[in-house]
Amino acid sequence: MLELREITVNYGSIVALHEISLKVEQGDIVTLIGANGAGKSTTLRTISGLLKPGRGSILYEGEEIGGEPAHKIVARGLSHVPEGRMIFANLSVQENLMMGAYLRKDRAKLRNEFDYVFGMFPRLQERSRQVAGTLSGGEQQMLAIGRALMSKPRCLMLDEPSLGIAPILVKTIFEKIREINKSLGITVLLVEQNANLALEVSHYGYVLETGRIILHDRSEALRANEKVKSAYLGG
Amino acid sequence: MSLSSPPADRQKGSAYPKLWLIAAIIASLLVSQFVHLNPYFSIVVINIGINIILAVSLNLVNGYTGQFSLGHAGFMAIGAYSAAAVTSFGGARWFDSLGGVNNATTTSLFIVALTIGGLAAALAGLIVGVPSLRLKGDYLAIATLGFGEIIRVIIQNTETMGGSRGFSVSGIYTTIFWTYTVAAITVYVVVNLVNSAYGRGFLTVRDDEIAAEAIGVNTTKYKVVAFVLASFFAGIAGGLYAHFIGYLTPEGFGFMKSIEIIVMVILGGMGNTVGVIFAAVLLTILPEVLRPVQEYRMVIYSLMLIILMLTRPQGLFGGITWRRPAWLRKKRTPVEDGNPA
Repeated sequence: MLELREITVNYGSIVALHEISLKVEQGDIVTLIGANGAGKSTTLRTISGLLKPGRGSILYEGEEIGGEPAHKIVARGLSHVPEGRMIFANLSVQENLMMGAYLRKDRAKLRNEFDYVFGMFPRLQERSRQVAGTLSGGEQQMLAIGRALMSKPRCLMLDEPSLGIAPILVKTIFEKIREINKSLGITVLLVEQNANLALEVSHYGYVLETGRIILHDRSEALRANEKVKSAYLGG
Repeated sequence: MSLSSPPADRQKGSAYPKLWLIAAIIASLLVSQFVHLNPYFSIVVINIGINIILAVSLNLVNGYTGQFSLGHAGFMAIGAYSAAAVTSFGGARWFDSLGGVNNATTTSLFIVALTIGGLAAALAGLIVGVPSLRLKGDYLAIATLGFGEIIRVIIQNTETMGGSRGFSVSGIYTTIFWTYTVAAITVYVVVNLVNSAYGRGFLTVRDDEIAAEAIGVNTTKYKVVAFVLASFFAGIAGGLYAHFIGYLTPEGFGFMKSIEIIVMVILGGMGNTVGVIFAAVLLTILPEVLRPVQEYRMVIYSLMLIILMLTRPQGLFGGITWRRPAWLRKKRTPVEDGNPA
C-alpha cells in the first residue's frame, strides 16, 4: 500500500534520513521504533508532504507521491496525526472534527463519521461544544485521531500517540488504534517511543537508528530479538 | 456621531448579518444627509471610520490567520496614491466625456477611483504575499516592514506623484456615508468569511499550521487570500483617506502608521472584530480628547496603552465570545453545521 524507496532527507547539511526503505502492507499495523532523534517523525512528515525528500521515491497505492504538497496527499486518503496533539485550540471539538473533513466534497453526509468517532470516543461527544484547548491531554489525542478519521483515510499515520498522556489513557488509545485497524480496515503506520506497546499492537516493525533502518521483522520476532530487547524494551 | 458607527454585535452569531449591513449603510446615509456636524467632529468621525476599515482588515491577517504583518500602511499608501491619480489625472476626461461635473459623474468617478486603489493594493499584496508568506513570525514581520518602507521610498522618488513634496488631490469626495459604507462592508465581509466553513481554514492556520496542513488545508493559499483581501480593503481605506485629507505625503504612510493600526488590533484582541472596532474608535478619539493637556498628550496616551496591556493582555474584548441569546439560537446538529449555508 505504501512503500518508501531509498528516501534521503536533509535538514540543511545534516542528513536526517539515510536511504530509508520500508513497506506497509494493506490492512497491517506497522510500527517505527527508535530512540529520540532517530528520524521517526521525519519519516512520517516526509510521507505526508510536510517535508520534501531529497532523494528516493514514495509510492502510495502504486503512485509516486514524493514531493507532492501535503493537501494533495491527504486527498489521496493518507492521513497524518502529527506529534504533540496538534489540535486547533480555539475551535470547538465539533469544529475540529469538521475541519478533519475539510477536503471532502460530501460534507452533508458526515453523520456516519461523527457517529463513528463519537461512538469510539464518547468523551468527545460529551464535550463537542467545548473549546478544544481546554481538553485534557488524552482527550486532545483522541480528538486528533478522531479528526484524522473524519477524512475517511485508507492509511493513517500516528506520531507518538502516547506522548505526555496519563498511563491509563495510553492503554485505551492503543486499544482504539487496534479497533480502527480491525473494524475499519484502515492501514496504520505508527511511530512510537514506547516500543513495548508499539510492538504489542503491530504486525510488523522497523527499528530506526540515526537515520537508518537497522532491523525489520515481524513484531513478535522483534520482541524476541536480543538486540531490540536490550536497547528498546528495557531488558 | 455614534449613530454612524457600525453596530457592535455583528460578531459571531449575529442573527441577521445582512440586515445589520443594510442598517449600517442606511444609518450612515441618514447621518451624512441630515446631521450637520461641525467640521472638526466630522473629521474625527471620518478618521474613525477609516481606522475601522484598516484595523478590521489587518485583523484578518494578524488576528484570524495569525500572520504578523507590519506593512499595512504600505498597502494603504498604494491605494491612496492610485485612487488620487485616477481622480487627478483622469477626472477631467471623465467629466468631459460624461457631460460635466454633477452628482452622478463625481460619484461614479469616486467609486472607480476607490476600486482601482483597492485593486492596486491587492495586486501589491499578492506580489509581496506569495514570496514572503513562506516566512514565519518575526521574519514575516521584518519582510513586510521592509516592504512598507520600499513603497514609501518609491513614492518619495516618483516626481509625477509629487515626490517628497507631497501630492495635492483634486477632489474632496469622501463623506461619512462613503466611509461608513465601506467600513460596514469590510466588517461584513471579514465576519462572514471567518464564520463560514471555508473561513475556518484561516483559524486553523493560526492555531496550528502543521496540523492544518496535515488535514489537507492549503495553508499558503489561505495566507495569501487573507493578505490580498486585507490589502484590498487597506487600499480602499487609502483612497478614502486621500479624498478626505486632500493632500498626501509619503511620510504619512510610514512605519508609525502601520504600528498604529497594529496597536488597534492587539488592543481590541487578536481575532475579535467587535473588540478591534472599539479599539479603533477609542484610539482615534483618545488623542483628540487629550488635546487640552497638549504637552503631556502622548505621555498619557502611551501610559494608557501600557496599563491596558498590563490589565487586559488578551485585548479589550479578548476571550469574550458573543453569542445570541438562547431563545434566538437554533438547535444545530453536526451535520447541519457542515453545510456552508
